[in-house]
Amino acid sequence: MSIFIDRDTRLVVQGITGRDGSFHARQMLEYGTSVVAGVTPGKGGQTFEERVPVFNTVAEAVAATQANTAVIYVPARFAADAVYEAADAGVGLVVCISEGVPVLDMTRVMPYLRERGARLIGPNCPGAISPGKAKVGIIPGRICREGNVGVVSRSGTLTYEVVHQLTRAGYGQSTCVGIGGDPIIGTNFMDCLEAFERDPETVGIVMIGEIGGTDEQQAAEYAQAHVTKPIVGFIAGQTAPPGRRMGHAGAIISGASGTAAEKMAAFERAGVSVMKRPADVVPFLRERRVTA
Amino acid sequence: MNLHEYQARALLKAAGIPVPDGDVARTPAEVETIATRLGGEVVVKAQVHAGGRGKAGGVKLARTPAEARGHAEKILGMTIKGLTVERVLVVPAADIATESYAGIILDRATQRPVVMVSPAGGVDIEEVAAKTPEKILKLGVDPRFGLLTHQAMQLGFFLYRDLAPVRAAATILQQLYQAFMDAGGSLAEINPLVTTADGKVVALDAKFVVDDNELDRRPAIAALRDVSAENPKEVKAREAGLSFIKLDGNVGCCVNGAGLAMATMDLVKYYGGEPANFLDIGGSSNPDKVVTALEIITADPSVKAILFNIFGGITRCDDVAKGIVTATGRLKLAVPMVIRLTGTNEELAVQILEQAGFSALTDMDEAVERAVELAGRAA
Repeated sequence: MSIFIDRDTRLVVQGITGRDGSFHARQMLEYGTSVVAGVTPGKGGQTFEERVPVFNTVAEAVAATQANTAVIYVPARFAADAVYEAADAGVGLVVCISEGVPVLDMTRVMPYLRERGARLIGPNCPGAISPGKAKVGIIPGRICREGNVGVVSRSGTLTYEVVHQLTRAGYGQSTCVGIGGDPIIGTNFMDCLEAFERDPETVGIVMIGEIGGTDEQQAAEYAQAHVTKPIVGFIAGQTAPPGRRMGHAGAIISGASGTAAEKMAAFERAGVSVMKRPADVVPFLRERRVTA
Repeated sequence: MNLHEYQARALLKAAGIPVPDGDVARTPAEVETIATRLGGEVVVKAQVHAGGRGKAGGVKLARTPAEARGHAEKILGMTIKGLTVERVLVVPAADIATESYAGIILDRATQRPVVMVSPAGGVDIEEVAAKTPEKILKLGVDPRFGLLTHQAMQLGFFLYRDLAPVRAAATILQQLYQAFMDAGGSLAEINPLVTTADGKVVALDAKFVVDDNELDRRPAIAALRDVSAENPKEVKAREAGLSFIKLDGNVGCCVNGAGLAMATMDLVKYYGGEPANFLDIGGSSNPDKVVTALEIITADPSVKAILFNIFGGITRCDDVAKGIVTATGRLKLAVPMVIRLTGTNEELAVQILEQAGFSALTDMDEAVERAVELAGRAA
């Protein structure tokens, strides 16, 4: 098993003829993902890489191919509409890779998706990969291997670093999810913890957070009450200067400052093993009796 | 992007919010002219992106135009938290009866715009939130419908008892909400929102932060950017598509990805060093970015060692290697450099670097430890 994506994933790529979209569509095909359709307005009727039909709209793509997952590689100013379009076409999982989506757009996107029962991962994220089954996004397939550790992270390359360390030590992954570094995102740590807890294949969880907001603290509280599987966690930004990344009014609402120290303390209170550096991930999993 | 007070005032005024008369000036002579036109007592206010302007001596009351000119001579050109004051705002001294706070932020947890008001205005709102949170009322807004009238009235009643100022405040909050939406704000504050002796509700000071991701589609707002008010290196980095923040240490860091860049800084500290900067070269492959990054890092005299930490995903290690070779051909490196590369096209990158006389590591901890050691030796 795995979470969010697996062998049943039927993927439509929005922006498949663009520079990023075409590059990553090829990578996803090579990985063995069922890329069943592509969408670029005005390019309907073409065929991508001699095997993937291209449509003008997501609705046409879904009607013709029964796509159940969409991945978005369009420029940021079109990203919100691409998410709306996928949700309107009945796609249940939308993964938005695009970076630079205005936060105000996201405040409108989220209630729209909730009403339609669709899940969004991202924006500004590397997507997800269930090694050996499917890859949706841009996480390099060759650093992953099939296994039992669930990985969830707000970062891109830091996730690769940690996954690389896992793979080198023989720890495969059930699913790696990059939830994105933006202030408003579709899927948060808690959603992923819930899914990993339910997934029988996942035996241990690695959670990689960073400074800003309170998502990690809420996830820690959730973990304490609802997650039985061992979790090891890392927070990036222990040396980040205060006030540079966080709007001060944001801290008012949360009633907390969003520092690494505060998040690490929340992890510790919840029984999450707190890594000091990415290289701690393997010894800490061993300590928690998670075997490769 | 932060706006200056005078720019925020202009946005509020355009939205219909009552703001005091006044104008912005670059010279003491202009200040005197404005003060003469306004008549009576005026306040001269430094326009810089820094809090605590009053404490730093950047806000002064003047009884006469000549005195205003005198204040301007001192304030213009002064440095507040490392920023030089190039403009001052001149406004009439207000006849204040009460001071409140009104603000809008985008709340991450509820994923909505949140409007906040407090009758404890004119002071740091974070302090109010910490000490007397019951004096703040927060209200989440559904962005599809905007700030509804009854919501705005509810907020108004939290500030005032009489219906007239409540109505006036409610209108101002709806106008502020509209201005926030129209400008693509991530924060808008009126602090203080005052009632005057004759019962009017007026926005006396304003703060506005725009989401950088909005600027592409709002050229009029983007044009408000004042690069002279920002750290020149950070401006240069942004223009090259890099994200750079100057820090106090001596290990210059160049990393791809914000999370890995932060983790690299943390690891420098873990091994007993201090990072000189945060620098994310971004996700795409472009040797030019690496050149600019190295230019920025090497321009800092406190840097005693340079550390590259690249995990190739979309970023191709060979592109970074080419950038390093190009940059070091152009710049004279006076400090040692440690390069760590792994991932996409790693072998090709190592080849390119070795041909140019550099060596590369593949392990992050090993590279960071080496860089800290080299920086320590030079210091």
